[in-house]
Amino acid sequence: MPQPPAGFALSADRERALREILTRYPTKMGACIPLLHLCQEQEGWISPEIVEYVSHTLDLPLSHVQGVVTFYTLFNQKPVGKHQVWVCRTLPCALRGAGTVLQHCEKRLGIHAGETTEDGKVTLRTAECLASCGTAPMIQVDKEYFENLTLEKVDEILDRLTR
Amino acid sequence: MIKRVNYLSKVYGIKNGWTLDVYEREVQGYQAAKKALRMTQQQVVDEAKKMNIRGRGGAGFPMGIKWSFMKPHPTKPAYLVINADEGEPGTHKDRTIMELNPHSVIEGCIIGCFGIGAHVAYVYVRDELHLSKERLWSAIKEAKAKGYLGKTPFGIDYPVEVYVHTGAGAYICGEETSLLNSLEGKRGEPRLKPPFPAQAGAFGCPTTVNNLETIAMVPAAFMMGGDTYSQLSALHHLRDGGSRLFGVNGHVKKPQVIELCVGVTLRELIYDIGGGIEGDRELLGVIPGGSSTPILRADEKVNAPDEKSPLHPWHGKSVLDVPLGVDTMRGIGTMLGTCCATVLAEGTCPVLAMENLMQFYRHESCGQCTPCREGGAWLFRTVTKILDGKATMAELDNLHDIANNIMGNTICAFGEGTAMPALGFLQKFRKDFEAYVLGERTREDATLLVNL
Repeated sequence: MPQPPAGFALSADRERALREILTRYPTKMGACIPLLHLCQEQEGWISPEIVEYVSHTLDLPLSHVQGVVTFYTLFNQKPVGKHQVWVCRTLPCALRGAGTVLQHCEKRLGIHAGETTEDGKVTLRTAECLASCGTAPMIQVDKEYFENLTLEKVDEILDRLTR
Repeated sequence: MIKRVNYLSKVYGIKNGWTLDVYEREVQGYQAAKKALRMTQQQVVDEAKKMNIRGRGGAGFPMGIKWSFMKPHPTKPAYLVINADEGEPGTHKDRTIMELNPHSVIEGCIIGCFGIGAHVAYVYVRDELHLSKERLWSAIKEAKAKGYLGKTPFGIDYPVEVYVHTGAGAYICGEETSLLNSLEGKRGEPRLKPPFPAQAGAFGCPTTVNNLETIAMVPAAFMMGGDTYSQLSALHHLRDGGSRLFGVNGHVKKPQVIELCVGVTLRELIYDIGGGIEGDRELLGVIPGGSSTPILRADEKVNAPDEKSPLHPWHGKSVLDVPLGVDTMRGIGTMLGTCCATVLAEGTCPVLAMENLMQFYRHESCGQCTPCREGGAWLFRTVTKILDGKATMAELDNLHDIANNIMGNTICAFGEGTAMPALGFLQKFRKDFEAYVLGERTREDATLLVNL
């Protein structure tokens, strides 16, 4: 029996959540994406130790877990800022000024999309449609949507994050 | 013919409209599920067929017929999977249901599970929609506490469980077989069909995949009676029944989501519902139902001289005056998709719009099939080159070849989803593309904005 890998452990709360998640699926593999989410919630990104941990916990080959991590945009493969700002850039948002919002964020934060501010507070990213077309332009900050944006509102949001 | 109804949207504006109390008080919540569980499985499927609900996810397959494909397997369980991976640019209706009326989804799941012989339903929600997930989970909790879900819903011996499952940011997971792979804990790569999900779906078991709006519509239609519900639609004779959520976005004064009877026209959607074009400009074109549906030009006319064609009544009229239906939109060379129209005003650049969309499709290809993976990126690169004034006419012509070679050569419909809008833009706005190649316009002239 291989030993569980050292270097990563879920918190007790999340361990309990995992046990509940496992009851929802007929296979252990079904819990792969939910478990990766749990790990990322705790650590902010999916480290090699987490890949090893998930592979061990769910009896999956390392390559399977690594394949899943690299497939999905929301799994961070390197550490990210404390807050993540996603600017939706797709057509319906672009028609209502997403380009201007993105430029404004880049200027305010002094970084390009895809980068993290020097103090590690904010990672700025572009998103491919966040199902908010009727309330464009919009940004997602961590788990929250901000819609019908004006540049003033963008400033307010960024002020709060960078304070 | 705008007929506003509020079967799904009645609780939308109400305080705490997403809770069980309001759902039961305002729309006879869970009475349909209770009624369905006392019928036979066959009766439920027959009723579902009468509703003539064409799948609300885009492809428009009749829901009742899909349910009837499910045959009991001697050893394997069956599953109901709800597709709420709404991620197509221009589509923004499902999120409103999950956030504002999650109980209609749960109740629809109970009826659906019973109809197809399943005991477990997974609602596959895209992970970005945190509020949607929260509202669905709390609805599940409330329904369980009341005994509407669980071992004996409404005291009837037919266990039903509903779970929320999320992806992690991949548009392709809205394709039903890649959604199933993602549900099983794999990369969301589409599967070859056959076998179809009704034979081998989730975890290798018989599965029905329904769009979220499709299943959320079921309780109301059930209470009303399938046939009565279907007849709400002006296209009932084309077996395109009932009401749906329509969305309008882009360059309109009042972008929104609204519930209407099927049969409304694009002109009504843009000018009456959307309040007209921003800045009172003229209309350049409209993408009728999500970015993969080919764009329609404002000056296009219907060409259906054949009297037998279902479109003949609109022969010679503007495409904007054709009622929005699955078959009518197909008839004019586009698709109904998800009924959420993206409006482009005169003055915006169709080449820039195409570049924006091609960037999306390049980013979201799962990479499994070469024509889609390479072709999508090639389309994007070439349009960028055109906008930058660095392309030749031969390269412009090349775009048609690339798009045509993606069509039909991939495992799933994502390839067509990339190629069809590309061809639409190319065919309908050829002069705009040429202007960049000939140096009459530059990227600096191109805009997607309406300056008020």
